[in-house]
Amino acid sequence: MEATLQADPRGVLTGVHFIDGDHAACEGALAAGCRFVAGYPITPSTEIVERFASRIPTVGGIFIQMEDELAASIAIQGAAWGGKKVLNVTSGPGLSLMMEHLGYAFITETPCVWVDVQRGGPSTGLPTGPAQADMMQIKWGSHGDFEVIALAPNSPQECFDLAIRAFNLTETWRVPVFLMMDEVVGHMTERVDIPPAAEIEVVERKWTRKRPGEYQAYGTTAEDPVPEMIKAGDGYRVHITGLTHDERGYPNLTPAAQDRMVKRLVNKIRLNADKIVDVREDGVEGADVVVVSFGITSRVAMAAIDQARAKGAKVGSARLVITWPFPAGRIREIARRAKAIIVPEMNMGQMVLEVERAVAGATRVISLPHAGGTVHEVETILNAIMEAAR
Amino acid sequence: MSQDLDASLELEYGTENAVLPFLRQDRIPHIWCPGCGIGTTVNCFCRALSDSGLDLDKVAIVSGIGCTGRTAGYLNLDSFHTTHGRAIPFATGLKLANPDLKVVVYSGDGDLSAIGGNHLMHAARRNMDLMVVCVNNYTYGMTGGQVAPTTPIGPTQTTMPFGNFESPFNLPFLADACGAVYVARWTIYHVRQLAKAMREGLQKKGFVFIEALSPCPTLYSRRNRLGDGVDQVKYYKERSTIKNGADTKEVGLGYQGDIIVGKFVDRERPTWLDSMNSHLTKVLGDRFQTYGAPNGKD
Repeated sequence: MEATLQADPRGVLTGVHFIDGDHAACEGALAAGCRFVAGYPITPSTEIVERFASRIPTVGGIFIQMEDELAASIAIQGAAWGGKKVLNVTSGPGLSLMMEHLGYAFITETPCVWVDVQRGGPSTGLPTGPAQADMMQIKWGSHGDFEVIALAPNSPQECFDLAIRAFNLTETWRVPVFLMMDEVVGHMTERVDIPPAAEIEVVERKWTRKRPGEYQAYGTTAEDPVPEMIKAGDGYRVHITGLTHDERGYPNLTPAAQDRMVKRLVNKIRLNADKIVDVREDGVEGADVVVVSFGITSRVAMAAIDQARAKGAKVGSARLVITWPFPAGRIREIARRAKAIIVPEMNMGQMVLEVERAVAGATRVISLPHAGGTVHEVETILNAIMEAAR
Repeated sequence: MSQDLDASLELEYGTENAVLPFLRQDRIPHIWCPGCGIGTTVNCFCRALSDSGLDLDKVAIVSGIGCTGRTAGYLNLDSFHTTHGRAIPFATGLKLANPDLKVVVYSGDGDLSAIGGNHLMHAARRNMDLMVVCVNNYTYGMTGGQVAPTTPIGPTQTTMPFGNFESPFNLPFLADACGAVYVARWTIYHVRQLAKAMREGLQKKGFVFIEALSPCPTLYSRRNRLGDGVDQVKYYKERSTIKNGADTKEVGLGYQGDIIVGKFVDRERPTWLDSMNSHLTKVLGDRFQTYGAPNGKD
């Protein structure tokens, strides 16, 4: 599989820090080897690019503020084909502008990490208030069929840790990988431990060892659906296109080529979802009620779960550290034993749709939507747990 | 006519076409219509590549969407066919990630000046080290002949069915005003001058903008009863005047009117990357990691 290395110490700010999630995400990117960011300012994500702009000159790399999010989200892809590990940073309105380039990254299999520090929407919405309302946009927002990987940190420490993991996942699978933060996790300040570089595992790009002439830009095998990569300037003379293409990367606009390409691209993730998903469970076995949550909401949920347990309720927590691909198999198993699953989320009911799909009527699914602007009240989740446990 | 033309630009009959090695021959035939001028510009570009002395492994070409956007796919270089309007920002990322590449953006007037207009302005402002070739056929060809920001006032387009009443862009003036260090316009009648401009552009450091006027017989000429591709080349021949160094304010195009061609701008300005390196060296001293070692291996 992929080559793993230790992090380049130049990018690793080893030590104990008291920083917010935005800054921690930036440090995670630097530790993972990110050396190119094209940004565009947008609240509440801007601190990530501000920190990168001040850090990168002494680490060695490029920050450029582009003219808009359209430019930023494609400049990073040019840089990826120039050989760099790249990061794209935005929030809701910017994310909407970037949707076409999400599709481009997917069809061209360009490794890139996208941070969305979610704020209240729709449209300009609540620039300085949190939400988790872009969960379906990243899953479905670009046209055509595609798959992404998405991670949902619930603390500044996780913004650091999961940023590194996001880079490792995008190099492993060559799909765009999202770090789905929100305004609260982005702006909350907590202790962040950054380990020595030697303790940080970094996945190297899947560089080909084939020679020009032998190499095909999208040559894959049944065993390994992820193609090897090159960078421009190495003599391979590749052609990369957003059109439907064949193994050589050449446009092929036939139904057969479309079938072959789209199936390989989506199956790369769908058939390997079990290797990617990450559900952190707490007291799920034997629980009557299980709260399925992600991101900052999982911390509010945990407070409610603790209080419910103190009142004698058998409550478990299943936190989706990775939301996409969705851990449908595990949720299905949980549904077989729990009386109810509660899904609090800072949106009007998005991931609950996936939970319902996985559960398929096997147990009761209770949605706890919240329009955003602040996190849930603990009591709201507590009351729902106590009522469901009754 | 320009005086110092290269003998190597002469086509030699009976020998293998000199441009063949520059093309992905397994992708021929191309999609362009009979009488279309894009292929002529590509011929000029290949000859410019040949004359530039550049290592072709270190030349990358980036296109957007549309008829001219297909150019990247036919050239035997590292080639990227990107999204509509976004060739310039993609090329910006590619160039900055791997500064020893010569990066060429090759696209059409609609792609570069309508949907991509903002990126054109900002890349010129930054003096990003890119050569932009804009093939201007006054129309959206791939989608069937809609009005473009370059369509002169008068001709009919499918979305201007009663004739265009919008003022067109004067692209050399735009590129000049935004800070391009090299600005030229030629038509596909002027193949030698166009090839020479492209060669100069490949050798120039900074933001280069070359406009190549080119017929779209299928959708622009025929719809406006202007004849076929040859008729348009005759028009270019008859109505073009070479004015090197012309004030770009004065080179706007009217419907079937006079065309001023030439090298309008050739000046020096530090590129974005040079500016970054010199500025950060000044401010940060030894702490700054100078950026841009060969082959992107910093």
